[in-house]
Amino acid sequence: MDFLNAFVALSNFVLIPAIAYGSQLALGALGVTLIYGILRFSNFAHGDTMAFGTMATVLITWWFQSMGISFGPLPTALLALPFGIAVCAALVLLTDRGIYRFYRRVKAKPIILVMASLGVMFIMNGLVRFIIGPDDQRFADGARFIVTAGEFKKMTGLSEGLALKSTQAITLVTAIVVVAALFWFLNKTRTGKSMRAYSDNEDLALLSGINPERVVMVTWLIVAGLATIAGVLYGLDKSFKPFTYFQLLLPIFASAIVGGLGNPLGAIAGGFVIAFSEVMVTYAWKKVAGYILPEAWAPDGLVQLMSTDYKFAVSFAILLIVLLFKPTGLFKGKSV
Amino acid sequence: MKKLMMATAAAALLATGAFAGGHSKEVKLGVVLGFTGPLESITPHMGAGAELAMKEVSDSGKLLDGAMVTPVRGDSTCIDAGAATAAAERLITADGIKGIMGADCSGVTGAILSNVALPNGVVMISPSATSPGLSTAEDNGLFFRTAPSDARQGVVMTEILMEEGIKEVAVSYVNNDYGKGLADSFQAAFEAAGGKVTINAAHEDQKADYSAEVGALAAAGGQRLVVAGYVDGGGSGIVRAALDAGAFDSFHFPDGMVGAKLEENFGSEIDGSTGQHPGTDSPGAAKFQELAGDAFDPTSAFAAESYDAAALIMLAMQAANSDDPQVYKDKVMDVANAPGEKIYPGELAKALDLLKAGTDIDYVGASAVELIGPGESAGNYRQIVFKDGKITTAKYR
Repeated sequence: MDFLNAFVALSNFVLIPAIAYGSQLALGALGVTLIYGILRFSNFAHGDTMAFGTMATVLITWWFQSMGISFGPLPTALLALPFGIAVCAALVLLTDRGIYRFYRRVKAKPIILVMASLGVMFIMNGLVRFIIGPDDQRFADGARFIVTAGEFKKMTGLSEGLALKSTQAITLVTAIVVVAALFWFLNKTRTGKSMRAYSDNEDLALLSGINPERVVMVTWLIVAGLATIAGVLYGLDKSFKPFTYFQLLLPIFASAIVGGLGNPLGAIAGGFVIAFSEVMVTYAWKKVAGYILPEAWAPDGLVQLMSTDYKFAVSFAILLIVLLFKPTGLFKGKSV
Repeated sequence: MKKLMMATAAAALLATGAFAGGHSKEVKLGVVLGFTGPLESITPHMGAGAELAMKEVSDSGKLLDGAMVTPVRGDSTCIDAGAATAAAERLITADGIKGIMGADCSGVTGAILSNVALPNGVVMISPSATSPGLSTAEDNGLFFRTAPSDARQGVVMTEILMEEGIKEVAVSYVNNDYGKGLADSFQAAFEAAGGKVTINAAHEDQKADYSAEVGALAAAGGQRLVVAGYVDGGGSGIVRAALDAGAFDSFHFPDGMVGAKLEENFGSEIDGSTGQHPGTDSPGAAKFQELAGDAFDPTSAFAAESYDAAALIMLAMQAANSDDPQVYKDKVMDVANAPGEKIYPGELAKALDLLKAGTDIDYVGASAVELIGPGESAGNYRQIVFKDGKITTAKYR
């Protein structure tokens, strides 16, 4: 019996990766949920908005690197992030002006806006590939690890290693800061309150003198920021490839829906539910069980609930189960 | 109008007749490769390799007393069995080819073999289809390959690991025909040799995050992680995640993983890792490179095998003294294997002379061809080991 080793093994392979992935999903899902709450449609272009913002950040990072600007042990991309957000914000405001505003004016049904966002998705998709190409791009620099598995073993004398990548720590810290700022903004500032009012009841908000175009613009700005931050964190932690960002759309939507579309708190919870379920259900518990159980009970098999091939099926199974019992998601969102 | 059409048709017929008459000794060979699709970056070199052999034979003027060999290209697409079948069908019925150099990917090769080559009775020699399933496919003696079956690679991998004293490994394979076939044949061979495969799990190619996969692999444990994937895709992702989590520090890489990109991605982080890929130190490889010159890249994957595949078809024709596939198909194994005089690239004219004189030849070619069992290459592998962040040759086997 060795609880310490069991916990370290579990943290190394389940807890830390799932928390990092969960934070990235949560930030992505927040963007989706804000659009749904305020503009009232599912924005399919969100994955590619993330890709576009990340691409802008990557290009600026490279420019900084070529000029010799660095951020010490932290990735240069964090310095480039504000500029990336600005570029991304410019693009989403442009698409709003050019496309979504027209459909808002004619009071189009949400499904029409969804289809329009699908079109925007393909255009952004092409734009990103046109500018930076479809290949993998690495832009992480600075220290890779806070502690590597080998160092940890030496330090503690345990037989299990624990690796903590600096990108994982940065992801978590950034996510906490961003979420705290967002909630402060929504709950305490005048603009935030007007956004929530507009989301709750559009007509009442209009009557009380809230300018809808301003609310929409602020929403897009926040969404561009969230999307770019989520994308850059994901890219730093893994790597940047346009196609994987397109694929991220599914788990992000799953997170937002599980949590309750339109509910920011739900988006965060949903992100972590999806991330943990993907990693935990497919984890082989052999090692952990071997440490915890008495030797005679130690399992021979892998003690794996299902093969890792099914990891995407897991998040959708959870989505279905949640929707069956709570149609508006874990936290009360708008019904879908 | 009708008259005009008739006249045109008649003229066309005459012209074709005259054309055929002028080249009465023309032998057409199909070059069916995935010129579009996931292998489009290496197929131009493969096609050029095959056409180099055909040009060599045409220029010598010694095949079947001066026949010209004309290549006709067809696109196998690598993944679309329907398109590949249609392309091969067209080459046989419309162009009248006498043999197929191809196809490239295992899936389309099997489709062309059973739907086109078999019913039409045309010989097919694939330079690059490695699926073990093709060894047992029904072929009426028409199908050969200058690439080894992955069943063979599984055995070679087992030998290498056993010699290194590795008895327990975890296996991660890319979820497709190549990865699954290789992982299964390796597991069978490794367990037969007394080793233990702790886990044999798939990974999807081109994903960004492999922490769940690596978690399962690490839990199963093993002295080494075998990564049967692609170096440009998920294979590198698995290795990166395994290194980051400290799950494995040495790896074994089959052919899909061995490439310059591996050094670039990991460098000395994976020192001590081993691997193998088809390769030979036979003098044929160097001669082939010399022969190709700057026309194409002779070291590109399967370019040498393509040259050999085309050469074998033409040498078998000469040995049988006929370009009828039903006749020369029985000669392919004879010209490829001992006994006889060894033939290297650039010596096809000499080989044709020898065959005409009734002397046996043993075609070695660019890839040290030795056909075994159901007409597939015995397989020569280059065993590699990582030293100081570089791929170094341990030996050839």
